[in-house]
Amino acid sequence: MGDLQVKKQPKKYDAIIVGSGAGGGMAAYVLANAGLKVCLIEAGPMFDPKTDSNQLRSPWESPRRGAGTRFRPFGDFDGCYWGWEVDGEPYTQTGNKGTTAWEWWRARMLGGRTNHWGRISLRFGPKDFKRKSIDGLGDDWPIGYEDIKPFYDKTDRLLGVFGTNEGLENDPDGIFLPPPKPRLHELMLKKAGATVGVPIIPSRLSILTKVTKDLGPGRNQCFFCAQCGRSCKVYGDFSSSSCLVIPAVSTGNVDLVTNAMAREVLTDKEGLATGVSYVHKDDMQEYQVFGRTVILAASACESARLLLNSKSSRHPNGLANGSDAVGRYLHDSTGADMGGIIPQLMDRRRYNEDGVGGMHVYAPWWLDNRKLDFPRGYHIEFGGGFGMPLYGFQWDIQKLNGKIPIKGKTKEAGGYGVSLKEDYRVLFGSHVGMAGRGEAIARRENYCEIDPNVVDKYGIPVLRFNTSHSEYEIKQAKHMKQTFAEILHAMGAVMTWGADDGAHNNWGLHAPGNIIHEAGTVRMGNDPKSAPLNKWSQAHECKNLFCVDGGPFVSQADKNITWTILALSMRTSEYIVDQLKKQNI
Amino acid sequence: MDRRKSIKTILVGTVAAGALAEACNPEEKKTTPASAEKSTAGSGINRMKEEAEWEKEVRSKTFFTPDEMATITVLGDIIIPRDAISGSASDAKVPDFIEFIVKDVPSHQTPMRGGLRWLDMQCLNRWGRAFKDCQPAQQMEMVDAIAWPDKAKPEMAQGVAFFNLMRNLTASGFYTSPIGVKDIGYFGNTANQWNGVPDDVLKQYGLAYSEKELRECYDPTKG
Repeated sequence: MGDLQVKKQPKKYDAIIVGSGAGGGMAAYVLANAGLKVCLIEAGPMFDPKTDSNQLRSPWESPRRGAGTRFRPFGDFDGCYWGWEVDGEPYTQTGNKGTTAWEWWRARMLGGRTNHWGRISLRFGPKDFKRKSIDGLGDDWPIGYEDIKPFYDKTDRLLGVFGTNEGLENDPDGIFLPPPKPRLHELMLKKAGATVGVPIIPSRLSILTKVTKDLGPGRNQCFFCAQCGRSCKVYGDFSSSSCLVIPAVSTGNVDLVTNAMAREVLTDKEGLATGVSYVHKDDMQEYQVFGRTVILAASACESARLLLNSKSSRHPNGLANGSDAVGRYLHDSTGADMGGIIPQLMDRRRYNEDGVGGMHVYAPWWLDNRKLDFPRGYHIEFGGGFGMPLYGFQWDIQKLNGKIPIKGKTKEAGGYGVSLKEDYRVLFGSHVGMAGRGEAIARRENYCEIDPNVVDKYGIPVLRFNTSHSEYEIKQAKHMKQTFAEILHAMGAVMTWGADDGAHNNWGLHAPGNIIHEAGTVRMGNDPKSAPLNKWSQAHECKNLFCVDGGPFVSQADKNITWTILALSMRTSEYIVDQLKKQNI
Repeated sequence: MDRRKSIKTILVGTVAAGALAEACNPEEKKTTPASAEKSTAGSGINRMKEEAEWEKEVRSKTFFTPDEMATITVLGDIIIPRDAISGSASDAKVPDFIEFIVKDVPSHQTPMRGGLRWLDMQCLNRWGRAFKDCQPAQQMEMVDAIAWPDKAKPEMAQGVAFFNLMRNLTASGFYTSPIGVKDIGYFGNTANQWNGVPDDVLKQYGLAYSEKELRECYDPTKG
């Protein structure tokens, strides 16, 4: 390494933003368009879906035929660099009795994980901000739906989301583009849902079925290739890279530094944030950048890690952590899944049913928890159809082709040859799967902390996780499984996976972190003794420090959190513009 | 709707014409499988630095011996033979895919190498030669002993496990090739305008879109 020294950037910015995903991208967009000077630090390389997406590649263009690798766990064409493991950047577990290892997904690229996410864009409802008042568990947010609604509206207009206004109490209406018509299996799901009492409605995804004048620059209409997971070359869906960061940079107000791994937040004698230090992955040199404000958007756990690694005499327990809540209340969506073959869908006429990237219908939470043995709800996501054949295509057909009559004939399981080729054809497009995504209770004893013994390849101390499920989540998973079985039975399905789960394995409940909705580690609250941030996502103990990723969430509802990250980040960013103008920070 | 026409329709009046046209180019190769296969050699697909290095490393090695590759080729063509609709596993270059994937997913290496050896030892004991050198009738007798999990003899269980893996990898290689995609009838991966399930299919299933759906959903014919 030879001549190691810290390079200090002379320019003083209005804001240093760490992370370019949904939260950081929105902050950069709002601040840059308000004329503020921003330095945006991203730990991964540049990525522009227009040039870098693998959209419309055929399966044979991947030598591994789309199989996942540790670099792209969701497959070779997927739009996310890295995932459960990042070379040279370990994380650890306490291994305490009763804990289940946290699975931590980390994207390293411009736009973060928004390049490949499911585009499920759900508003939290009025009840989701006041859960403690309803069931006595967790905490209420210091804000309510009415505080965030204007920002949901603006996010809908700026980024685009399709859906329908259903007038549901806790699944608020929005400013929606028209949804795509349901696919064949989705029509069958709706029918089956109605017979078992599960209302199924059009999904709400940030994909442009229409281009409106309110949208940000460079956006184009979806052309229905079903490949949002690869990121979209025509900017037909929402990614932070395409829809927020790249337009923000084009204002001329943003200096974007990629491959820059933040080390700590710098503070002065008064304990105020002065900037951020980072190691540049290309030259392995140490840098410092300075600004009037620091905005963390590195992901809930990375932002907590940064705060905990930024100790000083004014902040001995980590920056802005007098509450000792930084890293705590870590929670993910719950998840359990099931699938089967629908005999009616076997051997059916072929046509292009790609549609948009993801489901055209879903089931928002439809029951009253007061009548159930678990406190919070879940929504159901659906899959099926003639998907692109990729690695794993009809894997283990020997478990299936002896169970279901093929063209009216019951065959011996397994086999080979002309008869086997017929089986593959007949079964193609006949599978339906479903996944519950629910709300876990945010608990103080679920946390990430700095591992005192381990550093990553940059010498930055790493996170150690301590997470467990409670009976609430396990009972919820059981309910999911019962519901899925009812719906699938109503469709005449032959169960093929997920039906064997039970009490022995917590009803197939996914490990915490596995659903990739990390939240709660830098939560907001009115009391500085119990929460690091105030209702503006501003640190109680460091007024020019903010956090705009999943960190500020007091609870994460039975909704995917991205749309709320965006709306909260927009709200906080407008607050920052206002406060800087008034010279309050 | 004709695919070319639908792409053209979408391109008119959008600034993304360049990007989309570029994106569509690989599609054209669908009609010329040979050149499409060749295009995987350099992997024109997006790679970050670390994964490009990994792929280079994988490609620099050879895993299977020529004898093992010959056995894989025979087995692959028994699993997916040529029929009235499409070609065979070897026509679709499945053995080359299997050579790549076992290097890329090292957990496949021992089950594949060991399974091939298990198969050869069975044949050696029965007929005095390796599987690939057996008569076709002998090969089929051997395959029949391991291809039917529910009726295979218990002492064949290791062979059944190997054949299941071989069947899986063969299907993955075949149905992701140009020949296999055509065989299975996957018509997607192309720009189009989704306007719901075709009418004749709706009728066949006794289904219809509700008035609410017809009113609210995107309909490309209404602009």
